[in-house]
Amino acid sequence: MSGPYENIERHTQFVGQDKPRRNAVRHAHGRGKFVDDIAFANLAHIAFFRSPYAHAEILNIDVSEAKSLPGVVDVFTASDITDICTPWVGKLDHFPGLRSPEQLPLANGRARWNGEAVVAVVAETRAIAEDALELIDVDWQELPAVVGIDNSRSKDGPLVHPEYDSNEAFVMELTAGDSADAFANADIIVEDTLELGRQTGLTLEPRSIVADFDPSMQKLTAYHSTQTPYQMQDIFTRHFNLSEENVRVISPDVGGSFGMKLHVYGEEMAAVAASIRIGRPVKFIADRMESFLSDIHLREHKVHARMALTKEGDILAMQVDDATGIGPFSVYPRTSAMEGNQALRLMGAPYKMPHYDGKLTVLFQNKAPTCQYRAVGHPIGVMTTEHLVDLAAKKLDMDPFEIRRRNVTTQDMYPLKTAGGYILERLSHEECLDKLEKLMDYSALRTEQAELRERGIYRGIGIGVFIEITNPGPAFYGVGGARISSQDGCFMKLEPSGKIRIAVSVTEQGQGTETVMAQVAATYLGVDIDHVDVITGDTERTPYGGATWASRGAGIGGSTVMVAALALKENLLEIAAVILQGDASKFDIVDGEVIDIATKRAVISLPELGRIAYFRPDTLPADYHPQLSVTRHYVPQGTPFDFTNGVQASYLEVDTETGIVKLLDHWVVEDCGIILNRQLVDEQIRGGVVHGLGGVLFEECLYSPEGQLMSATMADYLAPLANEMPDIHIAHCETPTNMTPLGAKGVGEAGTAAAGAVVLNAVNDALHPLNATLRTTPLTPERILTALGKI
Amino acid sequence: MDPRCALSFKLNGRQVEQDVSPRTSLADMLRNQMGLTATHIGCEQGSCGACNVMVDGKTVRSCLIFAIQLEGAEVETSQGFDDDPLMEALRDNFAKRNALQCGFCTGGMLLAARDLINMTPRPDRNEIREHISGNFCRCTGYEAIVDAIWKTAHEMPSLEGKK
Ligand code: FES
Ligand code: FES
Repeated sequence: MSGPYENIERHTQFVGQDKPRRNAVRHAHGRGKFVDDIAFANLAHIAFFRSPYAHAEILNIDVSEAKSLPGVVDVFTASDITDICTPWVGKLDHFPGLRSPEQLPLANGRARWNGEAVVAVVAETRAIAEDALELIDVDWQELPAVVGIDNSRSKDGPLVHPEYDSNEAFVMELTAGDSADAFANADIIVEDTLELGRQTGLTLEPRSIVADFDPSMQKLTAYHSTQTPYQMQDIFTRHFNLSEENVRVISPDVGGSFGMKLHVYGEEMAAVAASIRIGRPVKFIADRMESFLSDIHLREHKVHARMALTKEGDILAMQVDDATGIGPFSVYPRTSAMEGNQALRLMGAPYKMPHYDGKLTVLFQNKAPTCQYRAVGHPIGVMTTEHLVDLAAKKLDMDPFEIRRRNVTTQDMYPLKTAGGYILERLSHEECLDKLEKLMDYSALRTEQAELRERGIYRGIGIGVFIEITNPGPAFYGVGGARISSQDGCFMKLEPSGKIRIAVSVTEQGQGTETVMAQVAATYLGVDIDHVDVITGDTERTPYGGATWASRGAGIGGSTVMVAALALKENLLEIAAVILQGDASKFDIVDGEVIDIATKRAVISLPELGRIAYFRPDTLPADYHPQLSVTRHYVPQGTPFDFTNGVQASYLEVDTETGIVKLLDHWVVEDCGIILNRQLVDEQIRGGVVHGLGGVLFEECLYSPEGQLMSATMADYLAPLANEMPDIHIAHCETPTNMTPLGAKGVGEAGTAAAGAVVLNAVNDALHPLNATLRTTPLTPERILTALGKI
Repeated sequence: MDPRCALSFKLNGRQVEQDVSPRTSLADMLRNQMGLTATHIGCEQGSCGACNVMVDGKTVRSCLIFAIQLEGAEVETSQGFDDDPLMEALRDNFAKRNALQCGFCTGGMLLAARDLINMTPRPDRNEIREHISGNFCRCTGYEAIVDAIWKTAHEMPSLEGKK
């Protein structure tokens, strides 16, 4: 890195790691405040009439009976709000050719998925609003639905959008080297087709908003369970034709997000429209069925992939054809092309693979829209690559560790550009593989596996190498033309008491953002972490920024806080020097006191400095104005992303009679650069791993051939519970990045990136002696028994 | 508008009276009428456990029962238990071990944990995992929760000798 932060002495130990998160103390005492917990006077509630069909023309809507139900305040359809809300389109310039039609908060003329909101009812209570939904009468003309990927691809099947010539939303091709030549000259070729089942986010707190429009001031305040209040401020401003300074978005406690709460949803936009129409606060809290029907889904992919190798086991090339079904629209404003784009670019990324051809086809369907979610694209890229690597290892009779060691990119190669086009600053694959092998006691496990096999017990070991995309810079959404900020801002002040208050634009959804920001401030200022208070999640009280997504909070937000802390410290030392008539360069701040560097003795405490500067500036020289607060912004520099890396392993047992997989153990060795808080990093990894395990074993949004969602309860959509999950053992390597002054990269998605891949590999390893290979996720008992030929 | 029924029951140790509509769930009454918002609603389908409360000493999904069923009952929510040393130790260990991220599942988890330790004072990790498997958490992956419960159970002095 070059620039103003080049010569800063970097800390590697952070203050306050042993302290519990203040948020955690609050939540443990039942003191959380989620959107649905906030009391409002004169509150109205909104509920939605949703399409019972996957695809149907709306011939007529009769709301007269619903309108006359006592307690109903307002009923509206798409055409009733076109004067207050402008339509949106989920396109970005860096995906040239991506197409998607305009959307309004409610289906307009045609419903395109089962559960799409069609009519909004606003009433005094949610119960009355739901009663009124029963009185709405819609004349439908059902149309053939596009459901599966093959169905969508088929040349003569139905179209989701009749104005387009096909169901293709976007096509992308990547080429590196000459893969055709590499395949022609390869010693061995492995190939397979993987199908990944559609998942959804399932945050425990559902999507929530209270939109409160004050017509006298033309001011909108939205209490919104979102990761990204600034993006939503911009969107409400532009689409409701308001003044930006009159739009305030407050994100109180957010009950999980994982990328699901980044996107624009019709229901939230309709709640804002309703509040503008009636001049009262309007609440929308999705119920669980609505969440399944209308939260974004993710990762429905069908990937055909081939890998070419030498007989020594060197990977020469991959050829990949990935098709993904995204539902009827590319989701605004981040698009639904990103997941496939990242999946395609991550294929083979940990390896010295010179030749690559990848093709991505993004397809419309009549199902809920899909979009970015934790580990966007990673599980697809990692699972495909690692499955092929294992197939090759089996074919070459090589150990899975050995083939990976042979192929991972090595210390002498950085910086390097992957076949998929990513620039890697420096990774630590070799070190991570060595650590993992020891951590899991690999050879002992292999011995145990072999012994148990003799007794008809089928255990498997799966390994997977991954890289993770973190700290996205301006060359990401900015270049694509989205008004999504990549910079962040931090306001920091000395309180008269000597305590520090900071307001920062990254947000908290349980990761521990506020704690990490307090740690960085405490460390770089030289104060106790308990003396730092952090404000987040309010566009009116914090500087404008990007907020928390794409594993950017710690690296970019932390760097922002760091530069603000350094600036405030410089000011405080100057004030101390003026008070003491000394030389600021001879002073430092340690444990909340200004010390003389030479003698290490305290010369003035921060409370005393605060007292003099705020209340007795008359004792300071004439025309001296102590600068007791600072605001700093930080823009990520260099390449578009900071990459982290790691390896995971799974040990499991497959019951060949029932098809049930029992997870026995899981290991992660990860390198996220400088670790700011070990416990929080580890818990991000564990939470992420379990998302991956849910996807590979249980979670699937099942649609009928007609496009009806059949898994719309938590009894039908199975997600991991405590008794199904293993303990997860974690170790770290630390390769600092020079792309941020802090040296920290992101970590929020590492766990999810490879957890599914290593379970697939372990199941296939377990079943190898029985000649069964699984290639469709989730790995349900039914699919396993089918692969074993038992059903 | 719905008819209302008069209801009298004990809530977190105090006798209370409410007028409630017959179709209102216990969870909705606690949250919307009584301001006890730490009882969270995650599914209203009986699946997630975020809404757990204790009714006459038994764990109950407050989203699945009607408020009017509580006449004469004794209800404890996660916002009660202020004088309960076991609950205080659990809260402390949950916070220290980061056994919660977003905190939405936490009230229900704490009640499940307390219930387990009361029945089985020294549970092993598998018993803990089994007992809390009626409570969904999307954030933590459960291990930190298991650690926090285990530590609480194995360090509670008042439970010495119970098993
Ligand atoms: S809200 Fe009652 S079990 Fe989920
Ligand atoms: S901490 Fe978020 S659901 Fe458990």
